[in-house]
Amino acid sequence: MSLLKLGELYKAVILEHAQQPHHHGQLPDVPGLTLNNPTCGDVIKVQLDIQDDQIQQIAFSGTGCTISQASASVMTDVLAKQSPAQAKALIHDFSQLVMGDEIDVTAKKQLGDAAVLGAVAEFPTRIRCAMLAWHAADQLLDELGGTPNEQES
Amino acid sequence: MATTNYRADFPILNTMINGEPLTYLDSAATSQKPQAVIDALVTYYQHDNANVHRGVYTLAAQATDQYEAVRDQVAAFINAPQRETVFFTRSTTESLNWVAQTYGEQFIGPQDEIVLTVMEHHSNLVPWQQLAIRKHAKLRYIGLTSDGQLDMDAAKRLITAKTKLVAVAETSNVLGVTNPINDLAALAHQNGAIIVVDGAQAVAHQPVDVQAMDADFYAFSGHKMLAPTGIGVLYGKLDLLKQLTPAEFGGEMIDNVTQQTTTFAAIPQRFEAGTPNISGVIGLGAAITYLQQVGWPTIEAQENQLTERLLTGLLKMDGVTVYGPHDLALHGPVVAFNLNGVHPHDVATGLDMAGVEVRAGHHCAQPLMQYLQTSATVRASVMFYNTPAEIDRLLTALAEVKEFFQP
Repeated sequence: MSLLKLGELYKAVILEHAQQPHHHGQLPDVPGLTLNNPTCGDVIKVQLDIQDDQIQQIAFSGTGCTISQASASVMTDVLAKQSPAQAKALIHDFSQLVMGDEIDVTAKKQLGDAAVLGAVAEFPTRIRCAMLAWHAADQLLDELGGTPNEQES
Repeated sequence: MATTNYRADFPILNTMINGEPLTYLDSAATSQKPQAVIDALVTYYQHDNANVHRGVYTLAAQATDQYEAVRDQVAAFINAPQRETVFFTRSTTESLNWVAQTYGEQFIGPQDEIVLTVMEHHSNLVPWQQLAIRKHAKLRYIGLTSDGQLDMDAAKRLITAKTKLVAVAETSNVLGVTNPINDLAALAHQNGAIIVVDGAQAVAHQPVDVQAMDADFYAFSGHKMLAPTGIGVLYGKLDLLKQLTPAEFGGEMIDNVTQQTTTFAAIPQRFEAGTPNISGVIGLGAAITYLQQVGWPTIEAQENQLTERLLTGLLKMDGVTVYGPHDLALHGPVVAFNLNGVHPHDVATGLDMAGVEVRAGHHCAQPLMQYLQTSATVRASVMFYNTPAEIDRLLTALAEVKEFFQP
Protein backbone atom coordinates (compact mmCIF):
# COMPACT_ATOMS: atom_id res chain seq x y z
CA MET A 1 0.00 0.00 0.00
CA SER A 2 1.02 3.54 -0.35
CA LEU A 3 1.49 5.17 3.01
CA LEU A 4 1.87 8.37 1.02
CA LYS A 5 -1.93 8.34 0.70
CA LEU A 6 -2.26 8.06 4.45
CA GLY A 7 0.16 10.95 4.82
CA GLU A 8 -2.22 13.17 2.81
CA LEU A 9 -4.74 12.98 5.63
CA TYR A 10 -2.46 12.51 8.60
CA LYS A 11 -0.02 15.35 7.97
CA ALA A 12 2.73 15.89 10.54
CA VAL A 13 0.95 18.87 12.06
CA ILE A 14 -2.19 16.75 12.59
CA LEU A 15 -0.23 13.97 14.25
CA GLU A 16 1.50 16.51 16.51
CA HIS A 17 -1.78 18.06 17.62
CA ALA A 18 -3.26 14.60 18.31
CA GLN A 19 -0.25 13.52 20.34
CA GLN A 20 0.12 16.77 22.24
CA PRO A 21 -3.23 18.51 22.10
CA HIS A 22 -3.53 22.19 23.00
CA HIS A 23 -6.02 23.39 25.62
CA HIS A 24 -6.74 19.80 26.65
CA GLY A 25 -8.39 19.26 30.02
CA GLN A 26 -11.28 20.60 32.02
CA LEU A 27 -11.83 24.17 33.19
CA PRO A 28 -13.54 24.42 36.60
CA ASP A 29 -16.83 26.34 36.67
CA VAL A 30 -16.86 27.04 32.94
CA PRO A 31 -19.89 26.08 30.81
CA GLY A 32 -19.38 23.13 28.52
CA LEU A 33 -21.16 20.98 26.00
CA THR A 34 -20.56 17.31 25.27
CA LEU A 35 -21.18 15.63 21.92
CA ASN A 36 -20.60 12.06 20.91
CA ASN A 37 -19.96 10.40 17.60
CA PRO A 38 -22.57 7.64 17.52
CA THR A 39 -20.64 5.59 14.97
CA CYS A 40 -17.64 5.03 17.21
CA GLY A 41 -18.74 6.11 20.67
CA ASP A 42 -16.17 8.90 20.88
CA VAL A 43 -17.05 11.75 23.22
CA ILE A 44 -15.75 15.32 23.18
CA LYS A 45 -16.56 18.06 25.67
CA VAL A 46 -15.85 21.68 24.74
CA GLN A 47 -15.82 24.47 27.31
CA LEU A 48 -15.99 28.18 26.60
CA ASP A 49 -15.48 31.01 29.05
CA ILE A 50 -16.93 34.10 27.40
CA GLN A 51 -16.39 37.47 29.06
CA ASP A 52 -16.66 40.95 27.50
CA ASP A 53 -17.73 39.53 24.13
CA GLN A 54 -14.57 37.46 23.89
CA ILE A 55 -13.64 33.82 24.42
CA GLN A 56 -11.27 34.21 27.37
CA GLN A 57 -10.68 30.53 28.02
CA ILE A 58 -11.31 27.44 25.91
CA ALA A 59 -10.70 23.77 26.58
CA PHE A 60 -11.68 20.34 25.31
CA SER A 61 -11.63 16.93 26.92
CA GLY A 62 -12.60 13.38 26.03
CA THR A 63 -11.09 10.75 23.82
CA GLY A 64 -11.24 10.03 20.16
CA CYS A 65 -9.40 9.26 16.98
CA THR A 66 -6.43 11.20 15.64
CA ILE A 67 -8.68 13.33 13.44
CA SER A 68 -11.18 14.29 16.14
CA GLN A 69 -8.49 15.01 18.72
CA ALA A 70 -6.29 17.01 16.34
CA SER A 71 -9.30 18.90 15.05
CA ALA A 72 -10.39 19.79 18.59
CA SER A 73 -6.87 20.94 19.39
CA VAL A 74 -6.49 23.21 16.33
CA MET A 75 -9.99 24.54 16.97
CA THR A 76 -9.07 25.73 20.45
CA ASP A 77 -6.12 27.64 18.97
CA VAL A 78 -8.32 29.23 16.32
CA LEU A 79 -11.25 30.20 18.56
CA ALA A 80 -9.32 31.46 21.60
CA LYS A 81 -9.70 35.24 22.07
CA GLN A 82 -12.28 35.54 19.28
CA SER A 83 -15.65 37.15 19.78
CA PRO A 84 -18.63 34.75 19.68
CA ALA A 85 -19.62 36.21 16.28
CA GLN A 86 -16.12 35.73 14.85
CA ALA A 87 -16.03 32.22 16.31
CA LYS A 88 -19.32 31.34 14.61
CA ALA A 89 -17.95 32.62 11.30
CA LEU A 90 -14.73 30.62 11.69
CA ILE A 91 -16.69 27.46 12.50
CA HIS A 92 -18.73 28.04 9.36
CA ASP A 93 -15.55 28.49 7.28
CA PHE A 94 -14.04 25.32 8.71
CA SER A 95 -17.19 23.38 7.99
CA GLN A 96 -17.15 24.58 4.35
CA LEU A 97 -13.50 23.61 4.06
CA VAL A 98 -13.87 20.03 5.29
CA MET A 99 -16.97 19.58 3.14
CA GLY A 100 -14.70 20.30 0.17
CA ASP A 101 -16.04 23.78 -0.64
CA GLU A 102 -13.69 26.60 -1.62
CA ILE A 103 -13.17 29.29 1.00
CA ASP A 104 -11.33 32.57 0.45
CA VAL A 105 -7.66 33.05 1.21
CA THR A 106 -8.24 35.33 4.21
CA ALA A 107 -10.57 32.84 5.84
CA LYS A 108 -8.06 30.06 5.20
CA LYS A 109 -5.30 32.12 6.76
CA GLN A 110 -7.41 32.77 9.85
CA LEU A 111 -7.97 29.05 10.26
CA GLY A 112 -4.21 28.51 10.65
CA ASP A 113 -3.33 24.86 11.39
CA ALA A 114 -7.02 24.00 11.11
CA ALA A 115 -6.83 24.62 7.35
CA VAL A 116 -4.61 21.53 7.06
CA LEU A 117 -7.68 19.47 7.99
CA GLY A 118 -9.19 20.51 4.64
CA ALA A 119 -7.67 17.23 3.41
CA VAL A 120 -10.47 15.46 5.28
CA ALA A 121 -12.73 16.42 2.36
CA GLU A 122 -11.00 13.59 0.45
CA PHE A 123 -12.01 11.13 3.20
CA PRO A 124 -15.80 11.61 3.44
CA THR A 125 -16.26 8.97 6.15
CA ARG A 126 -14.03 10.99 8.45
CA ILE A 127 -15.72 14.39 8.11
CA ARG A 128 -17.84 13.60 11.14
CA CYS A 129 -14.65 13.01 13.19
CA ALA A 130 -13.22 16.36 12.10
CA MET A 131 -16.45 18.24 12.83
CA LEU A 132 -17.25 16.82 16.27
CA ALA A 133 -15.53 19.46 18.43
CA TRP A 134 -16.60 22.28 16.10
CA HIS A 135 -20.24 21.20 16.29
CA ALA A 136 -19.94 21.16 20.07
CA ALA A 137 -18.45 24.68 20.11
CA ASP A 138 -21.09 25.92 17.67
CA GLN A 139 -23.96 24.59 19.79
CA LEU A 140 -22.38 25.89 22.97
CA LEU A 141 -22.01 29.37 21.44
CA ASP A 142 -25.72 29.29 20.58
CA GLU A 143 -26.60 28.20 24.11
CA LEU A 144 -24.47 30.90 25.65
CA GLY A 145 -25.54 33.54 23.14
CA GLY A 146 -28.37 34.87 25.30
CA THR A 147 -26.36 35.27 28.47
CA PRO A 148 -22.71 35.68 27.50
CA ASN A 149 -21.51 36.76 30.94
CA GLU A 150 -23.23 34.16 33.03
CA GLN A 151 -21.63 30.93 34.01
CA GLU A 152 -23.23 27.59 34.72
CA SER A 153 -23.91 27.28 38.39
CA MET B 1 -8.25 -29.21 2.35
CA ALA B 2 -7.47 -27.18 -0.75
CA THR B 3 -9.50 -24.03 -0.97
CA THR B 4 -11.76 -23.40 -3.91
CA ASN B 5 -11.90 -19.87 -5.14
CA TYR B 6 -15.45 -18.57 -5.33
CA ARG B 7 -14.46 -14.99 -6.08
CA ALA B 8 -15.51 -15.29 -9.71
CA ASP B 9 -19.13 -15.76 -8.61
CA PHE B 10 -19.11 -12.34 -6.88
CA PRO B 11 -18.70 -9.57 -9.49
CA ILE B 12 -18.08 -6.82 -6.93
CA LEU B 13 -14.90 -8.53 -5.75
CA ASN B 14 -13.16 -7.38 -8.96
CA THR B 15 -13.55 -3.75 -7.89
CA MET B 16 -10.52 -1.54 -7.26
CA ILE B 17 -10.56 0.58 -4.07
CA ASN B 18 -8.11 3.46 -3.73
CA GLY B 19 -6.07 1.95 -6.55
CA GLU B 20 -5.81 -1.42 -4.81
CA PRO B 21 -7.82 -4.62 -5.32
CA LEU B 22 -10.87 -4.71 -3.03
CA THR B 23 -10.19 -6.87 0.02
CA TYR B 24 -13.65 -7.17 1.54
CA LEU B 25 -13.41 -8.22 5.18
CA ASP B 26 -16.73 -6.87 6.45
CA SER B 27 -19.13 -9.70 5.62
CA ALA B 28 -20.42 -9.65 9.21
CA ALA B 29 -21.94 -6.25 8.34
CA THR B 30 -23.29 -7.44 5.01
CA SER B 31 -22.23 -10.18 2.65
CA GLN B 32 -21.51 -9.62 -1.02
CA LYS B 33 -23.96 -11.06 -3.54
CA PRO B 34 -23.21 -13.79 -6.07
CA GLN B 35 -24.25 -13.34 -9.71
CA ALA B 36 -26.88 -16.07 -9.17
CA VAL B 37 -28.73 -13.84 -6.68
CA ILE B 38 -28.38 -10.74 -8.84
CA ASP B 39 -29.70 -12.71 -11.84
CA ALA B 40 -32.68 -14.01 -9.83
CA LEU B 41 -33.75 -10.43 -9.10
CA VAL B 42 -33.39 -9.39 -12.75
CA THR B 43 -35.26 -12.48 -13.97
CA TYR B 44 -38.05 -11.89 -11.49
CA TYR B 45 -38.58 -8.31 -12.63
CA GLN B 46 -38.18 -9.19 -16.32
CA HIS B 47 -40.50 -12.19 -16.34
CA ASP B 48 -42.50 -12.79 -13.17
CA ASN B 49 -43.35 -9.52 -11.42
CA ALA B 50 -46.91 -9.32 -10.05
CA ASN B 51 -48.40 -8.90 -6.60
CA VAL B 52 -48.71 -12.10 -4.60
CA HIS B 53 -51.82 -13.75 -3.14
CA ARG B 54 -54.17 -11.40 -4.98
CA GLY B 55 -54.56 -11.71 -8.70
CA VAL B 56 -56.39 -14.56 -10.40
CA TYR B 57 -54.31 -14.14 -13.53
CA THR B 58 -51.41 -16.37 -14.56
CA LEU B 59 -48.61 -13.92 -13.83
CA ALA B 60 -49.84 -13.36 -10.27
CA ALA B 61 -50.01 -17.11 -9.75
CA GLN B 62 -46.43 -17.41 -11.03
CA ALA B 63 -45.18 -14.76 -8.58
CA THR B 64 -47.15 -16.30 -5.70
CA ASP B 65 -45.80 -19.78 -6.45
CA GLN B 66 -42.23 -18.52 -6.46
CA TYR B 67 -42.75 -16.54 -3.25
CA GLU B 68 -44.32 -19.46 -1.41
CA ALA B 69 -41.69 -21.88 -2.75
CA VAL B 70 -39.06 -19.82 -0.92
CA ARG B 71 -41.02 -20.23 2.32
CA ASP B 72 -40.63 -24.01 1.86
CA GLN B 73 -36.96 -23.51 1.04
CA VAL B 74 -36.37 -21.41 4.19
CA ALA B 75 -38.30 -23.90 6.35
CA ALA B 76 -36.09 -26.73 5.08
CA PHE B 77 -32.93 -24.59 5.44
CA ILE B 78 -33.48 -24.07 9.18
CA ASN B 79 -35.36 -27.38 9.66
CA ALA B 80 -38.59 -25.72 10.75
CA PRO B 81 -41.28 -28.32 11.50
CA GLN B 82 -44.02 -26.64 9.43
CA ARG B 83 -43.86 -24.09 6.60
CA GLU B 84 -46.38 -21.88 8.49
CA THR B 85 -43.81 -21.27 11.22
CA VAL B 86 -41.71 -19.16 8.85
CA PHE B 87 -42.67 -15.66 7.86
CA PHE B 88 -40.96 -12.85 6.07
CA THR B 89 -39.95 -9.56 7.64
CA ARG B 90 -37.66 -6.70 6.69
CA SER B 91 -34.67 -7.83 8.75
CA THR B 92 -33.42 -9.50 11.93
CA THR B 93 -34.14 -6.19 13.66
CA GLU B 94 -37.77 -6.19 12.56
CA SER B 95 -38.14 -9.87 13.50
CA LEU B 96 -36.85 -9.28 17.03
CA ASN B 97 -38.90 -6.12 17.50
CA TRP B 98 -41.93 -8.07 16.31
CA VAL B 99 -41.45 -10.67 19.05
CA ALA B 100 -41.06 -7.91 21.66
CA GLN B 101 -44.18 -6.12 20.39
CA THR B 102 -46.37 -9.22 20.21
CA TYR B 103 -45.21 -11.95 22.60
CA GLY B 104 -43.53 -9.41 24.90
CA GLU B 105 -46.53 -7.10 24.94
CA GLN B 106 -48.92 -9.99 25.70
CA PHE B 107 -46.93 -12.08 28.16
CA ILE B 108 -44.35 -9.93 30.00
CA GLY B 109 -45.53 -8.18 33.15
CA PRO B 110 -44.23 -6.20 36.14
CA GLN B 111 -41.31 -7.88 37.97
CA ASP B 112 -40.91 -10.51 35.23
CA GLU B 113 -37.30 -10.99 34.24
CA ILE B 114 -35.81 -10.90 30.76
CA VAL B 115 -32.35 -12.46 30.53
CA LEU B 116 -29.93 -11.18 27.89
CA THR B 117 -26.18 -11.49 27.40
CA VAL B 118 -23.64 -8.65 27.45
CA MET B 119 -22.64 -9.54 23.90
CA GLU B 120 -26.03 -8.75 22.33
CA HIS B 121 -26.27 -6.52 19.28
CA HIS B 122 -28.47 -3.47 19.95
CA SER B 123 -31.21 -5.11 17.85
CA ASN B 124 -31.51 -7.94 20.41
CA LEU B 125 -31.12 -5.60 23.38
CA VAL B 126 -32.94 -2.30 22.89
CA PRO B 127 -36.33 -3.89 22.01
CA TRP B 128 -36.19 -5.88 25.29
CA GLN B 129 -34.93 -2.92 27.27
CA GLN B 130 -37.76 -0.72 25.99
CA LEU B 131 -40.28 -3.51 26.64
CA ALA B 132 -38.94 -3.84 30.19
CA ILE B 133 -39.37 -0.08 30.70
CA ARG B 134 -42.97 -0.20 29.40
CA LYS B 135 -43.86 -3.27 31.46
CA HIS B 136 -41.80 -2.57 34.58
CA ALA B 137 -39.98 -5.83 33.97
CA LYS B 138 -36.34 -6.43 34.89
CA LEU B 139 -33.36 -7.04 32.65
CA ARG B 140 -30.61 -9.45 33.65
CA TYR B 141 -27.35 -9.82 31.76
CA ILE B 142 -25.18 -12.92 31.47
CA GLY B 143 -21.48 -11.93 31.41
CA LEU B 144 -18.39 -13.53 29.92
CA THR B 145 -15.70 -15.86 31.14
CA SER B 146 -12.10 -14.62 31.13
CA ASP B 147 -11.51 -16.28 27.75
CA GLY B 148 -14.42 -14.42 26.13
CA GLN B 149 -17.13 -17.10 26.18
CA LEU B 150 -20.60 -16.80 27.62
CA ASP B 151 -20.44 -17.52 31.35
CA MET B 152 -22.76 -20.53 31.65
CA ASP B 153 -22.38 -20.63 35.44
CA ALA B 154 -23.81 -17.13 35.52
CA ALA B 155 -26.53 -18.23 33.09
CA LYS B 156 -27.55 -20.98 35.54
CA ARG B 157 -27.79 -18.42 38.35
CA LEU B 158 -29.64 -15.79 36.31
CA ILE B 159 -32.24 -17.94 34.55
CA THR B 160 -34.77 -18.65 37.28
CA ALA B 161 -38.49 -19.12 37.84
CA LYS B 162 -38.82 -15.33 37.52
CA THR B 163 -37.45 -15.46 33.97
CA LYS B 164 -40.06 -15.14 31.25
CA LEU B 165 -37.80 -14.72 28.24
CA VAL B 166 -34.16 -15.35 27.31
CA ALA B 167 -32.80 -13.48 24.27
CA VAL B 168 -29.40 -14.46 22.92
CA ALA B 169 -27.30 -14.27 19.78
CA GLU B 170 -26.33 -17.63 18.33
CA THR B 171 -23.01 -16.11 17.23
CA SER B 172 -21.62 -12.81 18.53
CA ASN B 173 -21.03 -10.12 15.89
CA VAL B 174 -17.98 -8.91 17.86
CA LEU B 175 -16.45 -11.78 19.80
CA GLY B 176 -17.04 -14.35 17.07
CA VAL B 177 -18.03 -16.88 19.69
CA THR B 178 -20.98 -19.24 19.13
CA ASN B 179 -23.16 -19.70 22.20
CA PRO B 180 -24.51 -23.04 23.50
CA ILE B 181 -28.11 -22.41 22.46
CA ASN B 182 -29.25 -25.95 23.36
CA ASP B 183 -28.09 -25.52 26.97
CA LEU B 184 -29.62 -22.05 27.24
CA ALA B 185 -32.90 -23.29 25.72
CA ALA B 186 -32.99 -26.15 28.23
CA LEU B 187 -32.39 -23.70 31.10
CA ALA B 188 -35.10 -21.38 29.81
CA HIS B 189 -37.64 -24.17 29.31
CA GLN B 190 -36.93 -25.76 32.72
CA ASN B 191 -37.89 -22.40 34.20
CA GLY B 192 -40.98 -21.91 32.07
CA ALA B 193 -39.39 -19.20 29.92
CA ILE B 194 -39.07 -18.98 26.15
CA ILE B 195 -35.84 -18.42 24.22
CA VAL B 196 -35.47 -15.97 21.35
CA VAL B 197 -32.40 -16.54 19.19
CA ASP B 198 -30.74 -13.89 17.01
CA GLY B 199 -29.28 -15.94 14.19
CA ALA B 200 -28.01 -13.02 12.08
CA GLN B 201 -24.32 -13.99 12.40
CA ALA B 202 -24.88 -17.74 12.28
CA VAL B 203 -27.13 -18.68 9.35
CA ALA B 204 -24.56 -18.10 6.62
CA HIS B 205 -21.77 -19.96 8.38
CA GLN B 206 -23.12 -23.21 9.82
CA PRO B 207 -26.19 -25.44 9.48
CA VAL B 208 -29.09 -24.16 11.59
CA ASP B 209 -31.64 -26.55 13.05
CA VAL B 210 -34.29 -24.67 15.02
CA GLN B 211 -35.82 -27.93 16.30
CA ALA B 212 -32.52 -29.38 17.51
CA MET B 213 -31.65 -26.13 19.34
CA ASP B 214 -35.25 -25.93 20.58
CA ALA B 215 -35.57 -22.20 19.83
CA ASP B 216 -38.99 -20.68 20.44
CA PHE B 217 -38.22 -17.85 18.02
CA TYR B 218 -35.32 -17.62 15.58
CA ALA B 219 -34.59 -14.40 13.65
CA PHE B 220 -32.23 -13.72 10.76
CA SER B 221 -31.59 -11.41 7.80
CA GLY B 222 -31.09 -12.25 4.16
CA HIS B 223 -28.38 -9.69 3.50
CA LYS B 224 -25.76 -11.38 5.68
CA MET B 225 -26.29 -14.65 3.78
CA LEU B 226 -25.80 -13.46 0.18
CA ALA B 227 -29.40 -12.25 -0.32
CA PRO B 228 -30.49 -8.64 -0.91
CA THR B 229 -31.02 -6.14 1.90
CA GLY B 230 -34.56 -5.59 3.18
CA ILE B 231 -35.57 -9.22 3.62
CA GLY B 232 -35.60 -11.00 6.95
CA VAL B 233 -37.13 -14.11 8.47
CA LEU B 234 -38.79 -14.95 11.73
CA TYR B 235 -39.41 -18.53 12.77
CA GLY B 236 -41.69 -19.16 15.73
CA LYS B 237 -43.11 -22.33 17.26
CA LEU B 238 -46.62 -22.80 15.93
CA ASP B 239 -48.33 -23.05 19.34
CA LEU B 240 -46.75 -19.69 20.29
CA LEU B 241 -47.61 -18.00 16.99
CA LYS B 242 -51.24 -19.08 17.37
CA GLN B 243 -51.49 -17.09 20.60
CA LEU B 244 -50.19 -13.82 19.13
CA THR B 245 -52.13 -10.81 17.94
CA PRO B 246 -50.66 -9.36 14.72
CA ALA B 247 -48.41 -6.32 15.13
CA GLU B 248 -49.51 -4.82 11.82
CA PHE B 249 -52.86 -4.80 10.07
CA GLY B 250 -53.81 -4.23 6.44
CA GLY B 251 -54.01 -5.99 3.12
CA GLU B 252 -53.39 -9.68 2.72
CA MET B 253 -53.45 -10.47 6.46
CA ILE B 254 -57.25 -10.55 6.71
CA ASP B 255 -59.95 -13.16 6.33
CA ASN B 256 -63.08 -10.99 6.37
CA VAL B 257 -63.47 -7.27 7.06
CA THR B 258 -66.66 -5.35 7.88
CA GLN B 259 -67.00 -1.73 8.97
CA GLN B 260 -66.61 -2.70 12.62
CA THR B 261 -64.78 -6.03 12.72
CA THR B 262 -62.03 -8.10 11.08
CA THR B 263 -61.16 -11.75 11.18
CA PHE B 264 -57.57 -12.57 10.33
CA ALA B 265 -56.04 -14.83 7.73
CA ALA B 266 -54.33 -18.05 8.76
CA ILE B 267 -50.71 -18.08 9.91
CA PRO B 268 -48.32 -17.05 8.33
CA GLN B 269 -50.28 -14.60 6.10
CA ARG B 270 -51.74 -13.15 9.31
CA PHE B 271 -48.28 -11.78 10.09
CA GLU B 272 -47.42 -10.49 6.61
CA ALA B 273 -49.53 -7.34 6.25
CA GLY B 274 -49.31 -5.45 2.98
CA THR B 275 -47.37 -6.23 -0.16
CA PRO B 276 -44.25 -8.06 1.00
CA ASN B 277 -40.72 -7.70 -0.34
CA ILE B 278 -41.36 -10.21 -3.11
CA SER B 279 -38.10 -9.69 -5.00
CA GLY B 280 -36.22 -9.89 -1.69
CA VAL B 281 -37.83 -13.24 -1.01
CA ILE B 282 -36.91 -14.46 -4.52
CA GLY B 283 -33.33 -13.28 -3.89
CA LEU B 284 -33.28 -15.07 -0.55
CA GLY B 285 -34.35 -18.27 -2.28
CA ALA B 286 -31.52 -17.91 -4.81
CA ALA B 287 -29.05 -17.25 -1.97
CA ILE B 288 -30.08 -20.43 -0.15
CA THR B 289 -29.76 -22.43 -3.37
CA TYR B 290 -26.27 -20.99 -3.94
CA LEU B 291 -25.15 -21.67 -0.34
CA GLN B 292 -26.39 -25.24 -0.63
CA GLN B 293 -24.51 -25.68 -3.90
CA VAL B 294 -21.27 -24.60 -2.25
CA GLY B 295 -22.20 -26.82 0.71
CA TRP B 296 -21.61 -26.60 4.44
CA PRO B 297 -18.46 -28.77 4.50
CA THR B 298 -16.74 -26.40 2.06
CA ILE B 299 -18.07 -23.24 3.70
CA GLU B 300 -17.04 -24.33 7.18
CA ALA B 301 -13.63 -25.66 6.13
CA GLN B 302 -12.72 -22.52 4.16
CA GLU B 303 -13.96 -20.09 6.77
CA ASN B 304 -12.18 -22.03 9.48
CA GLN B 305 -8.93 -21.89 7.54
CA LEU B 306 -9.31 -18.15 6.89
CA THR B 307 -10.23 -17.43 10.51
CA GLU B 308 -7.20 -19.40 11.72
CA ARG B 309 -4.88 -17.39 9.46
CA LEU B 310 -6.47 -14.13 10.64
CA LEU B 311 -6.53 -14.99 14.33
CA THR B 312 -3.00 -16.39 14.52
CA GLY B 313 -1.66 -13.52 12.40
CA LEU B 314 -3.18 -10.94 14.74
CA LEU B 315 -2.13 -12.78 17.90
CA LYS B 316 1.47 -12.94 16.63
CA MET B 317 1.65 -9.18 16.03
CA ASP B 318 3.04 -7.02 18.84
CA GLY B 319 0.79 -4.33 20.22
CA VAL B 320 -2.47 -5.93 19.07
CA THR B 321 -5.30 -6.74 21.48
CA VAL B 322 -7.69 -9.45 20.26
CA TYR B 323 -11.12 -9.54 21.91
CA GLY B 324 -13.09 -12.75 22.41
CA PRO B 325 -11.70 -16.27 22.55
CA HIS B 326 -8.16 -16.82 21.30
CA ASP B 327 -8.90 -20.48 20.76
CA LEU B 328 -9.77 -21.17 17.13
CA ALA B 329 -12.11 -24.01 18.13
CA LEU B 330 -14.36 -21.43 19.81
CA HIS B 331 -14.12 -18.88 17.02
CA GLY B 332 -16.55 -18.00 14.28
CA PRO B 333 -15.41 -15.98 11.25
CA VAL B 334 -15.37 -12.62 13.09
CA VAL B 335 -12.33 -11.17 14.89
CA ALA B 336 -12.42 -7.89 16.83
CA PHE B 337 -9.12 -6.29 17.70
CA ASN B 338 -7.32 -3.04 18.43
CA LEU B 339 -3.90 -1.72 17.61
CA ASN B 340 -2.83 -0.46 21.01
CA GLY B 341 -2.67 3.32 21.15
CA VAL B 342 -4.22 3.83 17.72
CA HIS B 343 -7.90 4.64 17.40
CA PRO B 344 -9.86 2.03 15.38
CA HIS B 345 -11.10 4.70 12.95
CA ASP B 346 -7.52 5.64 12.16
CA VAL B 347 -6.64 1.97 11.67
CA ALA B 348 -9.65 1.46 9.38
CA THR B 349 -8.78 4.53 7.28
CA GLY B 350 -5.20 3.24 7.01
CA LEU B 351 -6.39 -0.20 5.89
CA ASP B 352 -8.84 1.41 3.45
CA MET B 353 -5.88 3.04 1.69
CA ALA B 354 -4.72 -0.51 0.99
CA GLY B 355 -8.18 -1.50 -0.29
CA VAL B 356 -8.81 -3.50 2.88
CA GLU B 357 -12.36 -2.85 4.06
CA VAL B 358 -12.95 -3.56 7.74
CA ARG B 359 -15.40 -2.24 10.29
CA ALA B 360 -14.37 0.17 13.03
CA GLY B 361 -16.66 1.29 15.80
CA HIS B 362 -18.82 -0.19 18.51
CA HIS B 363 -20.53 -2.69 16.15
CA CYS B 364 -23.98 -1.83 17.54
CA ALA B 365 -22.89 -3.41 20.82
CA GLN B 366 -22.14 -0.47 23.12
CA PRO B 367 -22.88 -2.41 26.32
CA LEU B 368 -20.30 -5.01 25.20
CA MET B 369 -17.76 -2.23 24.54
CA GLN B 370 -18.40 -0.92 28.08
CA TYR B 371 -17.98 -4.46 29.42
CA LEU B 372 -14.69 -4.83 27.51
CA GLN B 373 -13.65 -1.34 28.69
CA THR B 374 -13.03 0.04 25.24
CA SER B 375 -14.98 2.58 23.22
CA ALA B 376 -14.56 0.86 19.90
CA THR B 377 -12.66 -1.85 18.04
CA VAL B 378 -11.58 -2.80 14.56
CA ARG B 379 -13.38 -5.88 13.26
CA ALA B 380 -12.42 -8.12 10.37
CA SER B 381 -14.86 -10.80 9.25
CA VAL B 382 -14.49 -13.41 6.56
CA MET B 383 -16.69 -15.50 4.34
CA PHE B 384 -15.87 -18.49 2.17
CA TYR B 385 -15.33 -16.18 -0.83
CA ASN B 386 -12.31 -14.60 0.84
CA THR B 387 -8.83 -15.95 0.19
CA PRO B 388 -5.74 -16.53 2.35
CA ALA B 389 -3.99 -13.86 0.23
CA GLU B 390 -6.58 -11.33 1.41
CA ILE B 391 -5.88 -12.15 5.05
CA ASP B 392 -2.18 -11.60 4.30
CA ARG B 393 -2.97 -8.24 2.69
CA LEU B 394 -4.79 -7.19 5.88
CA LEU B 395 -1.89 -8.27 8.09
CA THR B 396 0.70 -6.53 5.89
CA ALA B 397 -1.33 -3.32 5.73
CA LEU B 398 -1.89 -3.46 9.49
CA ALA B 399 1.87 -3.68 10.07
CA GLU B 400 2.31 -0.60 7.86
CA VAL B 401 -0.44 1.30 9.68
CA LYS B 402 1.24 0.43 12.98
CA GLU B 403 4.54 1.70 11.63
CA PHE B 404 2.89 4.93 10.44
CA PHE B 405 1.21 5.77 13.74
CA GLN B 406 3.86 4.33 16.06
CA PRO B 407 7.18 4.93 14.28
